[in-house]
Amino acid sequence: MSSIGTGYDLSVTTFSPDGRVFQIEYAAKAVDNSGTVIGIRCKDGIVMGVEKLIASKMMLPGSNRRIHSVNRHSGMAVAGLAADGRQIVARAKSEATNYQSVYGEPIPVKELAERVASYVHLCTLYWWLRPFGCGIILGGYDRDGPQLYMVEPSGISYRYFGAAIGKGKQAAKTEIEKLKLSEMTCREGVIEVAKIIYKVHDEAKDKAFELEMSWVCDESKQQHQKVPGDLLEEAKAAARTALEEMDAD
Amino acid sequence: MNFMASKQPENSLLGPESDSQRTLYPYVTGTSVVALKYKDGILMAADMGGSYGSTLRYKNVERMKAIGKHSLLGASGEISDFQEILRYLDELILYDNMWDDGNSLGPKEVHNYLTRVMYNRRNKFNPLWNSLVLGGIKNGQKYLGTVSMIGVNFEDNHVATGFGNHLARPILRQEWHENLSFEDGVRLLEKCMRVLLYRDRSAINKLQIAKITEEGMTISQPYSLKTYWEFSAFENPTQGAVGSW
Repeated sequence: MSSIGTGYDLSVTTFSPDGRVFQIEYAAKAVDNSGTVIGIRCKDGIVMGVEKLIASKMMLPGSNRRIHSVNRHSGMAVAGLAADGRQIVARAKSEATNYQSVYGEPIPVKELAERVASYVHLCTLYWWLRPFGCGIILGGYDRDGPQLYMVEPSGISYRYFGAAIGKGKQAAKTEIEKLKLSEMTCREGVIEVAKIIYKVHDEAKDKAFELEMSWVCDESKQQHQKVPGDLLEEAKAAARTALEEMDAD
Repeated sequence: MNFMASKQPENSLLGPESDSQRTLYPYVTGTSVVALKYKDGILMAADMGGSYGSTLRYKNVERMKAIGKHSLLGASGEISDFQEILRYLDELILYDNMWDDGNSLGPKEVHNYLTRVMYNRRNKFNPLWNSLVLGGIKNGQKYLGTVSMIGVNFEDNHVATGFGNHLARPILRQEWHENLSFEDGVRLLEKCMRVLLYRDRSAINKLQIAKITEEGMTISQPYSLKTYWEFSAFENPTQGAVGSW
């Protein structure tokens, strides 16, 4: 549903007559144009996956990380303008370190999500700042268990069982809803996320992509880290087989 | 907008900060740390005492801590400054971990970082009042170094702080050799710690020995050394002394 703002969309400090701030909606479009990012909450942790669209064959695989650790126990996957995302990650790291040095314990995921959301929202309040053009999926494991949050460019943040942003978000959300997350372990979750990303990847529009995944779970000792190499390969293989089976039908 | 700005007399030669911002003397201090390289890594020993001047006030102070995966830090001197150093290192190791790229800071890098911190603080006349011992092993390379509160740093096969330099190192110079076994290393450290216990008034008889190898760091439970006091000179020490009580 695209509508032209015509005059009410020149600044983030202007409301339109029907109560919308167009600049924020345009920022959300930047997110919708980037590769899909998925996060799911399994019974023992969080799994996040990113469909990294490769701009050039010259790029080294494993570079251009889209998932960043914010503290030992949490991480963020970013969709949208990558440079904007780096800024938000830097801020989140700083908030986490500050909380730890003041309160003596790792920042609860809920608190971190609130602070990130506040920061993103801040940049929608002044005419001399532009909104961040990225959506963030934040996953972490604290003493209340594993939690998954999503922050949009408007500064809204909600807690989710499963979330998807980017190009294939509608298709991805449908797939996630089919999964029984509360009975799944993270090991199984990794395979499922890989399958979904391979499935929603549009072969026609974008040629190559690299799959990047991370997890925080009991198996990783509640530390946020890249999914181990062998499990990642297993997931990719399972995803490719699932695709072939689908194509064969 | 500082309503409680510190007043300095006009003829003060101090910089912008007043004296109360600088460390002038230490309050709660730990005594010697002794460490040596052995076959599989580094062995380090320190007692668990925190002295408040001449009072042996705290008897459960852990003066050796693991730093990251590859290093072990022991400190003598002001305990609160040691805790502050641990906070700096915590942040350093955290940021190192967040890269998540398979690399990690080794003992040489941590030692260099500590040297920079200590030297820069000394240049501002606001030192962290510690003598640090940093040992570790990474990819088979053993490393053992020390930094003092004025930023003097070096590495060697065996190091000590404080009284350890005077009492323990001569023993180590005689008896240390390459590829000590774990048992021999511990025996050698205990020999040094026993001399320190007899002769250093701020030493207490409750020590820990920590080891760091490729597998990681382990620290022993606190234990005490056997001592011998039955020397004849200690029997009836005041006999023949005039005017003593």
